[in-house]
Amino acid sequence: MSAANTWTVSAVREALEAKKLSARELVAEFYARIEEKNPELNAFLTLSPERAYAQTDRIDALRARGEKLPPLAGVPVAIKDVISTRGIRTTCGSRILENYVPPYDATAVEKLESAGAVILGKTNCDEFAMGSSNENSAYGPVRNPVATDRVPGGSSGGSAAAVAAGLAVAALGTDTGGSIRQPGAFCGIPAMMPTYGRVSRYGLIAFASSLDRIGPFATTVRDAAAVLSVIEGHDANDSTSAAVPQSDYFEEMEKPIRGMRIGIPGEYFGEGMDPEVRAKIEAGIELMKRMGCQPVALRMPHTEYAIATYYIVATAEASSNLARFDGVRYGLRVHGDSLREMYKKTRGRGFGPEVKRRIMLGTYALSSGYYDAYYLRAQKVRTLIARDFLLAFEKVDAIVTPTSPTTAFRLGERTMDPLAMYLADIYTVTGSLAGIPGISIPCGTTSARLPVGLQIFGPRFAESRVLQLALAFEKAGGFSI
Amino acid sequence: MKISRDDVLYVAELANLELNESEVETFRGQLDAILTYIDKLKQLDVSAVEPMAQVLQSAASPDGALRDDVVRKCNIADAILEQAPEAKKPYFRVPKVIER
Repeated sequence: MSAANTWTVSAVREALEAKKLSARELVAEFYARIEEKNPELNAFLTLSPERAYAQTDRIDALRARGEKLPPLAGVPVAIKDVISTRGIRTTCGSRILENYVPPYDATAVEKLESAGAVILGKTNCDEFAMGSSNENSAYGPVRNPVATDRVPGGSSGGSAAAVAAGLAVAALGTDTGGSIRQPGAFCGIPAMMPTYGRVSRYGLIAFASSLDRIGPFATTVRDAAAVLSVIEGHDANDSTSAAVPQSDYFEEMEKPIRGMRIGIPGEYFGEGMDPEVRAKIEAGIELMKRMGCQPVALRMPHTEYAIATYYIVATAEASSNLARFDGVRYGLRVHGDSLREMYKKTRGRGFGPEVKRRIMLGTYALSSGYYDAYYLRAQKVRTLIARDFLLAFEKVDAIVTPTSPTTAFRLGERTMDPLAMYLADIYTVTGSLAGIPGISIPCGTTSARLPVGLQIFGPRFAESRVLQLALAFEKAGGFSI
Repeated sequence: MKISRDDVLYVAELANLELNESEVETFRGQLDAILTYIDKLKQLDVSAVEPMAQVLQSAASPDGALRDDVVRKCNIADAILEQAPEAKKPYFRVPKVIER
């Protein structure tokens, strides 16, 4: 199946409509490719062929009757394993949920399937989405399809690797501090974090509820928009999902970008940045200028506090959210003589080191006597970081930065120093804290042929503008600059 | 040093986490380094700043998110109990909590 990497949403539709192949045949080709590539990549943890073929049969029946096909008819997709899928094991990359089978679907999954998408299976990730390299999965690391001695990024590493390797046309990931955008950058594909509240979190197993977002990976900007337009929308089952009108991305994003003001914040081009990454991003900005954009130099003075703020807010919320894994209602139970002993042994055995570290940090930050000094202070600094963006968007239409200070690093290279791993999230956590949308798109490769990601931020609910700039950049050849 | 061994043990107790000896020592050092870094936040004067308690407080109508508090039937108890490590319908089973 040499054409695997070229399958897009529209290519699938054309092939199905022209009766070149059936939805069942297409999915069988993807499973064959997964069987071939997954042993090395470890991108998928669980495959769901029964559910996938039941869906392809529905699509093929529609085709046979000549009925109108739904927008993602027959499109093979992968779902990050922190998103609940009815009847399909959902582990969160953790031992504590090794045998957990959700009795319901996340809203995003339900919407994908109603739109005709075919769920191939569940993808590997850092345990409970905590990590930036996918090395924190209890089921082994994922390898980057671009360079298999390197990490795919994290935490949605399996989803990014699956799409980049042509094992799925699109995938869902989740982003709390960069977990969609950074693996998108490392694997060289578009990856989008929508505005907080744009996509329902119902059925997403929570890490940090005020930060978690579901969003798409795809091989083109149009495909990312196609998936987003299907999964978004208000949901009565998530009180934080926003009741905003749906945008017509397909019309909006084709509009010309001439005259668009793009903010370039100096704080995102500081020390610690790989010079080759810098050169590519600068070339990307030059291209945007030639496309008619106006670069505007910006100051975002609270950027340097974003990591510290993020690792308090996110871990505090995690320590609370993960309290539910106690061996009573689902997942692993390790027996103890008392209830308390059972809790402690279950959690001690079931969670991996990064999850324990974050639960400890979050519990400490919320504990009596430290709440004001850590959690409350971090929530206040979060206001200042969000304000930096509000002020910036008075002057510019979009903000352009690198997605990550480096390209994909080697497996094992950073596992010994958690703080160093956290610090590398510097360009992504800001947008997470501010609740705004962001996309990472490919912006060439380094001399070692490793992909560089360029990040575009927009104001809240301005996804169409972010997509508009991303698509124009893609059309102008920016992906291979 | 911001975090002592006793602090680690105390926090682990609060979090219901059993840690082995090597984890206690590793976490002590790592949490110490992380919290020292986080002290950066003390450089800012935040006395006049409101905490960001809700992400979207001004965007959509926050009260619109509240639904009517009505009882709805949902027959999912069996499906839920199926996932329990130990259950005796209609209950979850746990080690004895109350001594007689």
